Amino acid sequence: MIWMRCGQPINGSMPERPDMNTLLVLPILIPFSTGLVALFFWRQPRLQGAISVGGCVALLISSLFLFASVWQGGIQAVTMGDWPAPFGIALVADVFASMMVVLAGITGLAVAVYALANIDAQRRAFGYHTFFHILLMGVCGAFLTGDVFNLYVWFEVMLIASFVLLALGGVASQLEGAVKYVTLNLISSAFFLAAAGILYGTVGTLNMADASLRLQTLQNPWVSNLLAMLFLVAFGIKAAIFPLFFWLPASYHTPPVAVSAVFAGLLTKVGVYALVRVFTLMFTSDVGFTHAVILVLAGTTMISGVFGAMVQKDFRRILSFHIVSQIGYMIMGLGMFTPLALAGSVFYIAHHILVKTNLFLVSGVVHRLRGTFELSSLGGLYRSAPLLSVVFLIPALSLAGIPPLSGFWAKFVLVQAGINAGGYTIVAVALVGGILTLFSMTKIWGEAFWKKEESGGGPEPPGVEVWTAGERVAYYVPIIVLAALTVSIGLTVAPLMDVALRAAAQLADPAAYVAAVLAGRP
Amino acid sequence: MELVFALVIGGLYAAGIYMILRRSIVKLIIGLALLSQAANLLIFAVGRPGRGTPPIVAKDATTLLPPFSDPLPQALILTAIVISFAVTAFALILIKRAYQEVGTDDLDAMRTTDQRQHAGTP
Repeated sequence: MIWMRCGQPINGSMPERPDMNTLLVLPILIPFSTGLVALFFWRQPRLQGAISVGGCVALLISSLFLFASVWQGGIQAVTMGDWPAPFGIALVADVFASMMVVLAGITGLAVAVYALANIDAQRRAFGYHTFFHILLMGVCGAFLTGDVFNLYVWFEVMLIASFVLLALGGVASQLEGAVKYVTLNLISSAFFLAAAGILYGTVGTLNMADASLRLQTLQNPWVSNLLAMLFLVAFGIKAAIFPLFFWLPASYHTPPVAVSAVFAGLLTKVGVYALVRVFTLMFTSDVGFTHAVILVLAGTTMISGVFGAMVQKDFRRILSFHIVSQIGYMIMGLGMFTPLALAGSVFYIAHHILVKTNLFLVSGVVHRLRGTFELSSLGGLYRSAPLLSVVFLIPALSLAGIPPLSGFWAKFVLVQAGINAGGYTIVAVALVGGILTLFSMTKIWGEAFWKKEESGGGPEPPGVEVWTAGERVAYYVPIIVLAALTVSIGLTVAPLMDVALRAAAQLADPAAYVAAVLAGRP
Repeated sequence: MELVFALVIGGLYAAGIYMILRRSIVKLIIGLALLSQAANLLIFAVGRPGRGTPPIVAKDATTLLPPFSDPLPQALILTAIVISFAVTAFALILIKRAYQEVGTDDLDAMRTTDQRQHAGTP
C-alpha cells in the first residue's frame, strides 16, 4: 500500500523512530503475511489453521504493544516512504484507533479459533483463512490511516475480502445476500470516492489532519457541510445507519457463523469509526447542523433496528437487526458531541464488538447442536446445554444493558451525557430502545433455551454427529473467553472507562492529533 | 471545458442511477460501473485539467504558482480505476453464479434472504 504522491521535493527528513514505525505498520503487515503464507498451505488444513491462529495471536500481541506505546507516549504518527506529512501517507494511532486495533485482534483471534471447527473443508480449501486475514488487514489499515484516500483503499481491501467471504461456498442464499451487500457497498464506495475528490478539490489535501486545519478557514460553510453530508452517506451505508441499513439484515445471516461473526463484530464498526474520525477531526465548524443531523439519524436508527428485530424469527436475523439498532447508540454520542458523550460512544463500540461477536458465535453453537437457526424449531437448550445458556445470557443481557454488565455502563454514560447536554428526547429514545432490546433477547432466550423442546422429531436432529474433543474446544473456548471479558468489563469498569475518556478527550480536541501528524512539516 | 465535464459527469451519474434502479442484475452491474466512472471523472475535473499549465516550478521561483493542472487527482483515479476494475470483475462473476444458483436475474424475485423465515447456511 505504499505509493508516492506527487508532491514537492522535500529537503530534510523526519527524525528516525524505528520502533514506532514498526509498531504502527505491524497490525497491517502481520495479517497480510499470514494470509499469504496460509495460501500456500491449502492442502494441509491443520497447518493452515495453526498459521491462521498464530497470525491472530501475533496481531493481538502487536496491537497490545501499540496500545501501550500510545497510552504512554501519546499519539504516534509515521509517514510512508519518509515523505513528510501532508504529502506522504500518514499512519496515525491515537488511543481510539489503537483500542480499535486491539479489539480487532481479540475478535480476530476468537473467530480464527472458532473457524477451525466451523468452516468446512471446501470453504477452507478455497481460501477462507487467507481472505479472513486480508479482511483483518483492511480493518486495521482503516483504523490506522490518517489519509482520506488511503482510507478509501483500505475500505476496498476490506470490501473485496468480505465479498469473497460472503459468497464463499456458493449456496444460493449466500449469493443472493452477496448481490445486495455488494451493490450497496459499491454505491457507498462511489460516494466515498466522489467525496474524497471534492475534498481534494476544495482544500487541496487528503491528509485528514491537514484537511482539518484547512476546512476551518473555508469562507462558505455550506461547502464543508456538503462534503460532510457526502461522507455521512458514504460511511452511513457502511455503518448501516437508519435509511441506509437494508443490506445488513439481508446478508449477514447467510454465510457461515465464523464469517458473519467477524462481519457483525468488526465491519460496521469500521464505518462507525470512520464517521467518528471524520466528524471529530474534519467537520466540526458547523456542529449545529451536521451533528444535529447525526443525532436525529441516531434516534431513528435505534428505533428502526429494534422494531425490525421484533418481528423476526431467525436467531441471526434478530441479531442482525440489533446491530443496526446498536449503531444508533454509537453515533448518538457522536451527535451530542461532548467529551463525555464521545467517551460513551467509544465505550459502546468496545462493548458492542465483544458482545455482538459472542452472540453470533453462540448462535453457531446452537446451530451445531440443533441444525437450525429457526427459533420456533429450537427449544430445551437450557436443559441440554446449561453452560451454553449461561454464555448466551451474559452477552444478551449485556446487549440489553442490564447492570452490572458492560452494556449497562455503555448506556449509562451515554444517558448521563445526554441529560447533561439537555437532549431529553434522544435519552428517552435510547432507553425505549434498551427495553425493546431486552424484549428481543428474552424472546431468543424463551424460544431457544427456556421452552420445552418439541418432541417427536426423533432422538437426534439431522446433521448432528458426536462432538470431537477438538471441536468442542474450538467452539466453546472463544465464546467463554469473550463472555468472561464482558463480565470483567462490567465488574471492573474503570480501566475501559479510562481508555474511553482519554480517547474522547483526544477526539474532542484534535489539536494533539494534528500536531502529531504534521510534526515533520517543513 | 468545465461545463462539458459537468454535463458529462451529471449524465453518467443519472445513467448509472437509472440502470441501478432497473430490475435486471446485469443492468445493475452496468449501473455500478457507470457510477464509479462518474466518480473518476469528477476527481479528474477537480484537478483543473487544461493545456499549457504544467505543474512545474519555474526556474527562478521557489513555489508552484497557480494556475496549474494538478497531477495528483490523476494518480488517485489510476488507483480508483484499478480497484473498480477488480470489483466489477468480481461482481460479474457473482451475478453469473447468483443467476445459476437462484435461477433468476430479476432483482424483485431475489427476496428470500429478506423474508422473515429463512434458514441460512451454518
